[in-house]
Amino acid sequence: MNRGTGGLDARLVVHRESRAGRFALDLALAAAPGEVVALLGPNGAGKTTALRALAGLERLTAGHVRLGGTALHPLPVEARPVGMVFQDYLLFPHLSALENVAFGPRCRGVGRREARRRAAALLDRVGLAEYAAVRPRALSGGQAQRVALARALAAEPGLLLLDEPLAALDAHTRLEIRSGLRRHLADFDGVTVLVTHDPLDAMTLADRLVVLEEGVLVQEGSPAEVARRPRTGYVARLVGLNLYRGTARGHTVTVERAELDAAEALDGEVFVVFAPAAVALYRSRPHGSPRNVWNTTIAGIERQGDRVRVRLGGPLPAAADVTPAAVAELGLAEGVAVWAAVKATETHAYPA
Amino acid sequence: MTGRRAGVPWALLVPALAGLAFLVLPLAGLLVRAPWSTLGARLAEPQVLAALRLSLVTATLATALCLVLGVPLAWLLARTRFPGQGLVRALVIVPLVLPPVVGGVALLMLLGRRGLLGRWLEAAFGVTLPFSTAGVVVAEAFVALPFLVISVEGALRAADSRYEEAAATLGASRWTAFRRVTLPLIAPGVLAGATLSWARALGEFGATITFAGNFPGRTQTMPLAVYLALETDPEAAIVLSLVLLVVSVAVLALLRDHWGLGARAG
Repeated sequence: MNRGTGGLDARLVVHRESRAGRFALDLALAAAPGEVVALLGPNGAGKTTALRALAGLERLTAGHVRLGGTALHPLPVEARPVGMVFQDYLLFPHLSALENVAFGPRCRGVGRREARRRAAALLDRVGLAEYAAVRPRALSGGQAQRVALARALAAEPGLLLLDEPLAALDAHTRLEIRSGLRRHLADFDGVTVLVTHDPLDAMTLADRLVVLEEGVLVQEGSPAEVARRPRTGYVARLVGLNLYRGTARGHTVTVERAELDAAEALDGEVFVVFAPAAVALYRSRPHGSPRNVWNTTIAGIERQGDRVRVRLGGPLPAAADVTPAAVAELGLAEGVAVWAAVKATETHAYPA
Repeated sequence: MTGRRAGVPWALLVPALAGLAFLVLPLAGLLVRAPWSTLGARLAEPQVLAALRLSLVTATLATALCLVLGVPLAWLLARTRFPGQGLVRALVIVPLVLPPVVGGVALLMLLGRRGLLGRWLEAAFGVTLPFSTAGVVVAEAFVALPFLVISVEGALRAADSRYEEAAATLGASRWTAFRRVTLPLIAPGVLAGATLSWARALGEFGATITFAGNFPGRTQTMPLAVYLALETDPEAAIVLSLVLLVVSVAVLALLRDHWGLGARAG
C-alpha cells in the first residue's frame, strides 16, 4: 500500500432516518500531514459517524474524502489507506497479539514472514514485545489499546482514525496510555483524526479541535484558542468557563438585564467569559475597586475535589469556585442571598 | 434449585414425572430386552457391519454437503439483506417440519429418472441418484441441512459483526474477513450445527427409503436395517437399535461437553 503522505480534505454529508429520529451530519474537514485533529462533541453529535464515514464504514449521502489528492470516497473500506482504532478495540479474539498486528499487512499482500517481522517491531515500539503470543483475552485494557494502535499502524495508513481511544480505560491507566499515545501520534507522519468527548484527551493529544454539535461544526481552533474563547455553552462547560452572549458598547457588555465590565473594548455582538475561580462571594455588598458586582441567590452547591462549586441563580447564572473554608465562614447554602463580584480584568470579551 | 419439593404443586409434579418416565422407560425396555449374551456375535454379523459402515459414511458425507451449502446460506441470511429474505428463511426451515417421506417423494420428482433434473442428469452424465448410495447422501442432506443453517445463522447473529468491520479497515475483503475472522469466531456454532446435522442424517429413515430404497450394502442404512429386522429377527433389531442409541448418546455427550449445550445453557 502506498503511504499517503498527503493532507486530508473531506466533506462528510450523512443523512439517516431511524426510529430514534432523523440525523444529519454535514462537516467539512481538512488536515495537513502529521496533524492531529480531535472531533469533540456531546453524545449523538455525529463524531463517530464522521469517523466511520472517513473509513468508508458509513455511506456518504454527499461529499467527498480526499487524501493527498486521491479520492477515497469511491473506494470500498478495504481499499482505503486507513487505519482505525475502535473504542473497544475489537482485537480478533482467536488470534495472538502478533497475529492481530500482522493481519493488516497480510491482507495488503505482504508475505507472512515480513508481516510477522513488521508486527513484532510494532509491538516492540508500543512496549509489548513480550506479549506477542498472548491472546487478547489475557491482555489488560491498556495493553489491548496499545495492540489495537499497533494493528492500525501496521498497514502503514495515510489516515489514522481513533474512536474514543481512551474511553474504555480506568483513570490511572488512562494517564499512562495518553502520554504513550501522544508520543506515537507525534511519530506518525500521516493525518490523525480522533474522536473524544473528554476535553483533556482532546487538549493533550490534538493540534486542532473541531467541535461538533447536532451534526454541524460549531467551533474550530487550537486547543488553547478553544479553551480561551468558547463559542457555545457545551464548549464553555467543557473548558470550565462561564459564558454569556451580549451586546458591547466600549467596555460595557449588556447581557439580557445585567451589565458586565470587560477587559476588552468592543462594539456589537460579543461573547463574554470568566472563570468560576474569578468569582468572589460576599454576604453584604462589597466596596472598593471598579468590578462587576451583582446580587443573586445560591441555586446549588457541590464539592469538586478540594474546591466547592457554587451555582448562582439569576440575573446572571454563573458557577463560582470557592474554598470549603469560605462556605463555612459565609454560611453558604442553597437559597441563601449573596453578592457576587468579578474584576473587569478577569472578564474577557470577543466578537460573536 | 433449592430442593423445596413441598413447593411443587402435584398438578405439575405428576405429569412431569410421567413425562420423564415416558421418555426414559422405552429406552430402559430396549436395554432390558437386549440379548446381552449373544451381543458380540450379533454385532460382528456382516449385514450389521455393512449397515453401520454405510450409515456412518453417508451421514458424514451428508454433513460435509450440508457444511458446503449451509454455511454460505446461513451467512447470506444473517449478513445480507435482500427482498424476500423472510420467505427464503421459511423455505429453509420447511424440511424441518415436512414429513421425511414427503421429502423423499419430492426428491424423486426432481432427481428421479423421470424427474425434472434427474432426466437431464442421466442424459448428460449418465448419473442416476435414486436407489444409489449417492441418493442416500442426498436424502440425508435434505433433511439435515435446516439444522445446520439454523445453528450457523444463530451463531452469526450472536457474533459481533463489527469484527468484520475491523477486518475491512485492515484491508480484508469480505471473503477474507469471512475466512479469517468470522469463521473462526463462529466455529463452535458450526461444529454444533454439524453435529446436529450428522445425528439427524444418521437417524434418517423416511426420505431415504422413499428416494434411495432399501438395498443391503448399497442403500440400507441402520434405521432401515432396524425396520427390516423387526419383521424377521426382532433380536437383531434390538441390537441395531442399541448401536444407534449408543451413537446418539455419545453425540449428545460431545455437544454438552464441548459447546455448552444442554445443562444450563439457554
